[in-house]
Amino acid sequence: MITTLFFSYFSVATIVSAVLTVSLRNPVQCGLALLSVLAHMAGFFILLNAEFIAAIQVIVYAGAILILYLFVIMLLNLKSEERILHPRWPLAVFFIALAAGELLLLLLVSPFAGKPGLTDPDMVASVGHSHAVGLKLFSDYLLQFEIIGVFLLGAVIGAIVLAKSSSSNVGGLPGGSQAPHAPGAIARSPFNVGSHPGGNLAPHAPDVVPPHS
Amino acid sequence: MSLTGYVIVSTALFLIGLSGVLLRRNFIIVLMSIELMLNAANLNLVAFSHYLNDLAGQMTALFVIAIAAGEAAVGLAIIIVVFRGKVATNVDQINLLKW
Repeated sequence: MITTLFFSYFSVATIVSAVLTVSLRNPVQCGLALLSVLAHMAGFFILLNAEFIAAIQVIVYAGAILILYLFVIMLLNLKSEERILHPRWPLAVFFIALAAGELLLLLLVSPFAGKPGLTDPDMVASVGHSHAVGLKLFSDYLLQFEIIGVFLLGAVIGAIVLAKSSSSNVGGLPGGSQAPHAPGAIARSPFNVGSHPGGNLAPHAPDVVPPHS
Repeated sequence: MSLTGYVIVSTALFLIGLSGVLLRRNFIIVLMSIELMLNAANLNLVAFSHYLNDLAGQMTALFVIAIAAGEAAVGLAIIIVVFRGKVATNVDQINLLKW
């Protein structure tokens, strides 16, 4: 009874938040709706006796991935004011209807049958969920775990290489744009002495008459 | 609660995410819709794992979460590069690789 109550609340809240995520105009509001989706998904995982997955969901998804999204949204000011739909939206609606029909057909014809596994809930509850997941992860799924580690290393290196500003345009932009106007301020700063051409004579730089002033 | 309810919720989430990927123009919202679809897959995996008494689905859900983290990092880095090069916020304006 209480499980059914929680399930209906989580499903309604998840679907409403998902619709808000794809339909709101402001990307920050979309991110907050996505946060609601992820939190209610963690509730689903708790209903399914998967406490470790629920904790990982809250920590990794809501704590790391969503914060990354919000950082990028607020850094870049990504807004599209004029129209929010893709210009070829009738084609997209056709494909969505196709996928919906296929999924509905699969839901109707699938018997949901499967071979039951060995880890019944009593065994999992006797040792604790994190314990059972850890035993399984580091025995049967060790190779996949290592592959995921290498994958994450590659993703980190790829993200840094992609987002690294090249030294010609963006990296030298603050010092390069301010140097002709305020050479004294640049020379007094201990951090970008080397980036300024006159940075070597730092103690005497305020005495030098700037050429543009 | 029966397995059918979880599968229906997961299907609905997947379709909402698919419509977001195909219909929206904003980069970030397309990536968020991909996260929605990955979450729908996770819900399906954990529900079947619960009802089949097997932890393999939860293992796969953990790997899906890790892959989603990597995908978000690389995708947002690509968005930063695209936004820095030319100020475009929509997916239909980026067509350099289009044949």
